[in-house]
Amino acid sequence: MTSTLPDTRTFASVTVGDEIAPFELPLTRTLIVSTAIATRDYQVVHHDPSIAAERGSKDIIMNILTSNAFAGRYVTDWAGPNSFISSVKVRLGAPNYPGDTMTISGSVTATDDATRTVTIAVKGTNSLGDHMNATVEVVLP
Amino acid sequence: MSNNAPTIIVDSTPEAKAAFYAELQSFVGLEIGEPMPAPDEVNLPMIRHLVEAVGDRNPIYTDPELAARSIHGGIVAPPTMLQAWVMHGIDGPQRGGDGPYEKMNELLFSRGFTSVVGTNSEQTYKRYLRPGDRLTMRTVIDSISDEKTTGLGTGHFVSTRQDYYDADNELVGSMLFRIFRFQPKAKAPAAKPKPPRPRPATTHDNQWWFDELNDGRLCAQACAECGRVRFPTGPLCPSCHSRSYDKVEMPMSGTIHSFVVAHYPQVPSFDYPLPIVLVDIDPSTSHAGKPGNDKVRMIMNTADCPESALAVGARVRIEIRATDPDMKLPFAIIDATGATS
Repeated sequence: MTSTLPDTRTFASVTVGDEIAPFELPLTRTLIVSTAIATRDYQVVHHDPSIAAERGSKDIIMNILTSNAFAGRYVTDWAGPNSFISSVKVRLGAPNYPGDTMTISGSVTATDDATRTVTIAVKGTNSLGDHMNATVEVVLP
Repeated sequence: MSNNAPTIIVDSTPEAKAAFYAELQSFVGLEIGEPMPAPDEVNLPMIRHLVEAVGDRNPIYTDPELAARSIHGGIVAPPTMLQAWVMHGIDGPQRGGDGPYEKMNELLFSRGFTSVVGTNSEQTYKRYLRPGDRLTMRTVIDSISDEKTTGLGTGHFVSTRQDYYDADNELVGSMLFRIFRFQPKAKAPAAKPKPPRPRPATTHDNQWWFDELNDGRLCAQACAECGRVRFPTGPLCPSCHSRSYDKVEMPMSGTIHSFVVAHYPQVPSFDYPLPIVLVDIDPSTSHAGKPGNDKVRMIMNTADCPESALAVGARVRIEIRATDPDMKLPFAIIDATGATS
């Protein structure tokens, strides 16, 4: 077990306009299937390519709970473990198909001194366009 | 006419539409069924499966010691897992067929809005969940939009709000989930027969040329006075202005002077890419040596040859072919030997 808790960004260190380093996520078939099952989402369009094709989808697609999870992970990777996410709001667009790459990027759009809440616009893009446009609120120490 | 698809109700009058909207709106605010308990309490194995799959290394989710030293005071679940704790699992929803949600869907299905896509998920968290928390979810129909048209088709946005309560009946988080329930855009109709080619604009001055073609002869026009050969056909000799003319039968061969390959805009009568060639027709024998006899050029399409064979200077054979029952046109067939002049 590691013995030290990683640092957490402080509210005072954050300024509106701050960019968060982009993160490239290879969309492997394993990723799409394992995350769907780990979120108890057994809809066939998330794991069975032949049935997905019968229903008019090019291939299996990432499920929404996983898009949420990546929006959350992206922000806590940046914020650190002593942060508290108070909301994750995602607008969905182009599906995440296996073989593609989703690039997640983000920037600070607002800060609220009273609640120490930082608002972050998170965007996930793939070769088809915007997979998600998310707004994540995180409370920092 | 028999049709297996269920009949779709079309609200063709404003009154009918308004009645449909009013019926839809009557579902807003209704709880869709009994509160749904999570099958299991929040637990470390499920947390571990998820954070491993997502590659999330935040120690507060799996490392008891570091989590204990964090502001969270111990292991917590990733907040975005909120929905996962109350998912139906592999057997899918077990809801009966007569709750408000099913009735709302039946109403939407009756108008043809049978397809569905998730568009928004908005989660808010009151606190992070810990192993041992046991959740119950209540779902309310939050809003239903008027008819909207998107890139996918026409339909209605339906928002439900899921509220998650802990064992003490305290609200721990909520989710507003919006779907688009829609009728897919009609697919392009399957291969309609090609319409015939546009007809040529014929006049007193060129009708004879098409008539000759119908009889299997490719013609140019020659002045009956001075013998000058000309094409396209016209009423006067450009040299001597005589109005009398002879028909000159041209050889069925020539050389590509120039060409284009049309891709766009596409006219349904043609196949694309569509080569269009300008052919220098070989001189006629009847008017050998007459001015213009070696300057007869005609525009035509090609037949039976790949686009790659097109080349300025390529020799062509000309065939008159019926394009439809009442029209014949010349086509250039590029010499298979690839000989150029």
